[in-house]
Amino acid sequence: MASYSLTHLEQLEAESIEIFREVAATFRKPVLMYSIGKDSSVLLHLARKAFHPGKLPFPLLHIDTTFKFREMIAFRDRVVRELGLELIVHTNEEGVRKGISPFVQGSAVYTDIMKTDALKQAIEKYQFDCAIGGARRDEERSRAKERIFSFRDAHHRWDPKSQRPELWRLWNTRIRDGESMRAFPLSNWTELDVWHYIHVENIPVVPLYFAALRPVVRRKGSLIMVDDDRLPLEPGEIPEMRLVRFRTLGCYPLTGAVESPATTLPEILEELLCTNTTERHDRLIDTDQVASMEQKKRDGYF
Amino acid sequence: MSTFTPSTIDAETFLREQRRKELVRILTCGNVDDGKSTLIGRLLLDAGLLADDAMKTLEEDSKRYGTTGGAIDPALLMDGLQAEREQGITIDVSYRYFFTEKRTFILADVPGHAQYTRNMATAASTSDMAVVLIDATKGVTEQTYRHTAIIALLGIRHVLVTVNKMDLVGYDQAVFDRIRADFGECCARFDFTDLHYIPVSALAGDNVVHGSASMPWYRGGTLMHLLETLNVASDRNLIDFRFPVQIVLRPNSTFRGFAGTIASGTVRPGDDVVIFPSRKHTRIRSIETFDGPLQEAFAGQAVALTLTEEIDVSRGDVLAHPQNVPTLDDRCEAMIVWMGEEPLTPHQTFFLRLGRAESLATVDAIRYELDVQTHHRKDAASLPMNGIGRCSLTFHQPLAFDSYAKNRTTGSFVLIDRVTNATVAAGMVLDRRREDAKGRWQMEPRSRTLRRESGSIAPKQREKLWKQKPVTLLFTGYSGAGKSTIAYALEEQLFEEGHIAVVLDAENARLGLNRDLGFTTEERSENVRRVMEVAKMLNDAGIIALCALVAPTDEIRRNARDLIGSDRFLLIHCDAPLEICRKRHPKALYQKAHEENVPGVSSAYEIPSDADLILRTEEETPTQCAQKVADRMREQWLF
Repeated sequence: MASYSLTHLEQLEAESIEIFREVAATFRKPVLMYSIGKDSSVLLHLARKAFHPGKLPFPLLHIDTTFKFREMIAFRDRVVRELGLELIVHTNEEGVRKGISPFVQGSAVYTDIMKTDALKQAIEKYQFDCAIGGARRDEERSRAKERIFSFRDAHHRWDPKSQRPELWRLWNTRIRDGESMRAFPLSNWTELDVWHYIHVENIPVVPLYFAALRPVVRRKGSLIMVDDDRLPLEPGEIPEMRLVRFRTLGCYPLTGAVESPATTLPEILEELLCTNTTERHDRLIDTDQVASMEQKKRDGYF
Repeated sequence: MSTFTPSTIDAETFLREQRRKELVRILTCGNVDDGKSTLIGRLLLDAGLLADDAMKTLEEDSKRYGTTGGAIDPALLMDGLQAEREQGITIDVSYRYFFTEKRTFILADVPGHAQYTRNMATAASTSDMAVVLIDATKGVTEQTYRHTAIIALLGIRHVLVTVNKMDLVGYDQAVFDRIRADFGECCARFDFTDLHYIPVSALAGDNVVHGSASMPWYRGGTLMHLLETLNVASDRNLIDFRFPVQIVLRPNSTFRGFAGTIASGTVRPGDDVVIFPSRKHTRIRSIETFDGPLQEAFAGQAVALTLTEEIDVSRGDVLAHPQNVPTLDDRCEAMIVWMGEEPLTPHQTFFLRLGRAESLATVDAIRYELDVQTHHRKDAASLPMNGIGRCSLTFHQPLAFDSYAKNRTTGSFVLIDRVTNATVAAGMVLDRRREDAKGRWQMEPRSRTLRRESGSIAPKQREKLWKQKPVTLLFTGYSGAGKSTIAYALEEQLFEEGHIAVVLDAENARLGLNRDLGFTTEERSENVRRVMEVAKMLNDAGIIALCALVAPTDEIRRNARDLIGSDRFLLIHCDAPLEICRKRHPKALYQKAHEENVPGVSSAYEIPSDADLILRTEEETPTQCAQKVADRMREQWLF
């Protein structure tokens, strides 16, 4: 006799698949925001499940800030090749021309121009009406009240005060010309769920998530990996090889590594279960200012 | 920030436990003053679910903002509300995630002030369980009534009434018992599966995760124990198979899959299914998923179904098993939670989303507004923002749906403003078949500009030609009682005498005019109504209508009499015992009574109390019966 019940991971998976299908059914030109991290890997896997046996009904979009870890780019290209996906890479060329970098203008300005502006440019250039992202409500406080289908006005702004109520699974996907939507199929997943799912489904992720000896310098309490020679070393800073891994991946100068011996998925899970600090702890952009994420989201950051 | 996990578990144990762990969604209601934040904070703290950095922040915050004189203040952990206000961050429903050995939880936390009803309804729409917080020092308040009414309206069936601050009333059982009695009275009208009362002190930690030494009189489980053990799986509807088609997958010319999430019930390859609204029948060929085909799928699973025939199926259609179908209608009665800034007034038209279907919908009338504090109904010309009321709606195309009480997925809808695209209402379909059936008889025509046309031939001229006054005879009785046989015998007799009469047979009508109707009482009512409209036209043309219809209820027959006019209507009861009908019936109808709706067997047949003539069809032949009717007609209608 079948039990007719789903485990919590199966329930989350089914919900995400339903969200993906809703996007494909109701938007003219959606796009999957592919940032190469573990959440994107899960997102991509779920999208493939949602449209099986067909292909993805939308392209992948990677906003390349030019400061991503080299291993991330290699991983991205391999995944796209192996799965036969359509990938759009967009970089804010004006930012590149102006030499915008986290080292010169600081992380806030850099993020604004190379991520937020770049995303807006890409959405306008390709006329995307819905961008699917891997944000989760458990990541930080302003995201805890984010909708699954989150409305953006013609200027890509998020207005947390006038969010549409989301009842049952009757998502309101209606927008007018020029407006757009962000859809978050992983809204109800936690970091642990993501790793658990990667383990259960055997999903490939960037090797940077696993511990290895890597050259790092210690800055403001974070371990920054010297991924290429663009990282200006401060006086007295000497890169040292340490056994580290990353809990979250972004731009290498802004992403702190953690010292860890975890080289397998069960070891990562165990580490997560035991230490349990929050993952964005290691991302510098969130601590720029109090409530910075809500401010960024209002400005059009994902 | 808001994930809480036990800190003493290894990966192997974790993975083993996860394989049988279910996800439970909880809603907490109550406001800050009731100690809601303290309660949730305490729950996480005592269950060992706090991360090291969260614990450190809590200790620092307790010293800085705490109301506990420097000791740990669990409220600060969850609240954030104070902090959010100070920082100008928006307050809204927020979701928190934690798990224990037994279950994984998503907790929807609703701030208790502005937009209260709207936020509650939103959070409640996806929750399995509600924690209603009552302050022991205040007892059951108006707000408690509001919470409970909304929880019940949105269909949550498991309620944990948590009486907090027991430490402030000396852990007195009498206080708890009084609150329990008051609350029991307040929610006696609601149909909760589980209703538990727990006396707690969130601040001191009594009965939250650990038991209480101060309340030995309480024998029930702690809050955490109940959260972990109440059976919510039984809420899932595994009986009525409903599959709203979300998207059609057509990757190549050979594969056509209808993808969606099973709303309720179970399905297997080979199952016969009906597609709504087309009512076409077909069969399930296969159940496809990325991980391979399934031999059975059930409520909650996201799958793609393939069918054995090439049938036109599109997004918004609903698949069901033929013996268990949803209502197909372009009207419904529903409870509406209004969220628009401008009040809702009748005759407004919106975009409607029901299941995966989209249509325009017009709110025809507001029947009443519900006062959620007193549960009183009052007449209302409009519904204000956060108002709740019962409305009647017309969809601009027929849609398949169920009542919300029966199915939370196929019985719920939202209304969207056509100009701003804002979500302005949540709706829950009511089970009001009988009233709907009546509504059809009394419904106004769609257009108000319609006018009745008539020709120049006077009724007297027709009466003279046919030597008759037009009349409608309704032959009612069980299937197999002899209604049609007698009607045709009578038709023949009248024909031979030079009159003109037409038999309107229910079966014939169902082959054409009424081929879209099934056999529910509601559909039988509509079947009769349409035949009566035809009879009326025949009568207007001077022709006698002999209608052979089951017409199972007094209400239907009364409506028929009213429609035709009692001065030219005869109700004739073909009376035969059910056993005789069963034997007589040629189509083995009665053998299928377990799967079809057969009046007198699997649905009601009310013996007419107002028949103009009763024919004992087991005692007299059809010709004798027809003769009896003709004699009666000669008194008044034949000459």
